[in-house]
Amino acid sequence: MSIMSIVSILFIAGGTFFFFGATVGLIRFPDFYARMHATGKGDTLGAFLVVIGIALYNLHNGLELGSILTSIKVIFIAIFIFLANPTATHAITKGGLDAGVVPWTKEKTK
Amino acid sequence: MDTFFITTGVILGLLTLVCLYRVVAGPTVLDRIIAVGAIGNKTTAILLLMGMIFGRVEMFVDISISYALLNFIATLGAAKYFRVRKSIVPGSKYLKEKGIS
Repeated sequence: MSIMSIVSILFIAGGTFFFFGATVGLIRFPDFYARMHATGKGDTLGAFLVVIGIALYNLHNGLELGSILTSIKVIFIAIFIFLANPTATHAITKGGLDAGVVPWTKEKTK
Repeated sequence: MDTFFITTGVILGLLTLVCLYRVVAGPTVLDRIIAVGAIGNKTTAILLLMGMIFGRVEMFVDISISYALLNFIATLGAAKYFRVRKSIVPGSKYLKEKGIS
């Protein structure tokens, strides 16, 4: 097992951990804005780490032109996720504020 | 290494099922939208893992790119639509002024 495989295993396992944290936050938080806070950051980093890990593992048997081009495409997916996911988070939060969803406060539970 | 990819794919599939609970039971429409966005992110990763398992990454990368683009556009479109249609969100000021909710 080469060092590239070990690094990509670490990346993919870390990404799965962040996906797990984002899912727990999505299920357990009390409010729409708090759920947005959990998934907006956790899913972005989780998808980024998994995709970067796959792009690294794609290069594990020699640097050929085809595999390098495929890895560049995979890294484009990671860059797109890093740009698009916070934009979508911002748009939904703005939509919720404009539609008048009331944020969760502690006094409402009494 | 194939075992690791298959295990990661199964874990992400189970997390997708857990997110599906929020799609079904979310109190507001926006909860459902963000849960569908989370499912789309996981699907982008699962498609790449499937490409590694089948040994055809160069084919699955294109499907994954198109899925990520569609996920982004669908989220933006739904956010813009429900921003205009204020009456759909439960617990909003609009419904309280009307005395419906």
